[in-house]
Amino acid sequence: MKIVLNGEPQEVEARSLAALLEEAGISGRVATAVNEAFVPSALRSRHMLAEGDRIEVVAPMQGG
Amino acid sequence: MRRFYGVDLRDPLMLGTAQYPSPAILAEAFRVSGAGVATVSLRREGAGGAGQSFWAMIRELGVRVLPNTAGCHSVKEAVTTAHMAREVFDTPWIKLEVIGHTDSLQPDVFQLVEAARILTGEGFQVFPYCTEDLVVGERLLAAGCEVLMPWGAPIGSGRGLTNEYGLRALRSEFPDVPLVVDAGIGLPSHAARAMELGYDAVLLNTAVARAGDPVEMARAMALAARAGQSAYRADPIEPRDMATASTPVIGKAFLT
Repeated sequence: MKIVLNGEPQEVEARSLAALLEEAGISGRVATAVNEAFVPSALRSRHMLAEGDRIEVVAPMQGG
Repeated sequence: MRRFYGVDLRDPLMLGTAQYPSPAILAEAFRVSGAGVATVSLRREGAGGAGQSFWAMIRELGVRVLPNTAGCHSVKEAVTTAHMAREVFDTPWIKLEVIGHTDSLQPDVFQLVEAARILTGEGFQVFPYCTEDLVVGERLLAAGCEVLMPWGAPIGSGRGLTNEYGLRALRSEFPDVPLVVDAGIGLPSHAARAMELGYDAVLLNTAVARAGDPVEMARAMALAARAGQSAYRADPIEPRDMATASTPVIGKAFLT
């Protein structure tokens, strides 16, 4: 399935958002959004991805 | 003492965490300044996990974290970012920025009020980055904000308090609301001046992080902010045009 992860088009095996994070090697304290809508961490394993979904994964970063 | 959503800040300095030469210098700047609040942000995470080591370092500082919505230009973007920040940083505090002008990074106050209304309704404790406009302040408070954070000058400009009159008017209009000058501070004298006006804190980043010696500048800013706070509490004299002798005249020897 083709999706866009953090702006990069990718072909992935994962069907759920939780599986996608695992496949991408992302762990730790992150937050996720699919198609510009926030998906809480508790819902990631239930959130199924669809072809062309745009997924954003963010983590703590320096800020002013 | 005005409280920030029920929290007493032990120090009137809030520091950003961006642009320091190294994590060690950032940590030392916090340590010497005593700043009790650190602003932080969210950025895309990859497999390298750069964000995780930053988070570990921030936790070691033992300060309160204030996540921002920097770079957001719409209500939707800011609200979604706030939700992500609440989950990642585990705090209801959010420094709400909705930028309306590219060159000055001036807040879009119309969208700011709308985003604030949505977020306070969802349980966030909003610290809105705003202008010194009285009506905007009033609308933000009506939207549920309990803190206002007017700019002193554009972010990173170091120009100080460009509209001191406006900041003073805001202070007298909202005597019970915690007010923070956020952005534009370049020198300790600017920080001291903001505190002398009766502001409750100053929030700055570039002036410290980009100084030749960030640790020494962090110390200077902290001292200045505390000095200004003490001066405000001490009820300063009013300036006057003519001299008034401080040494008593009565009892002076007659020598002419």
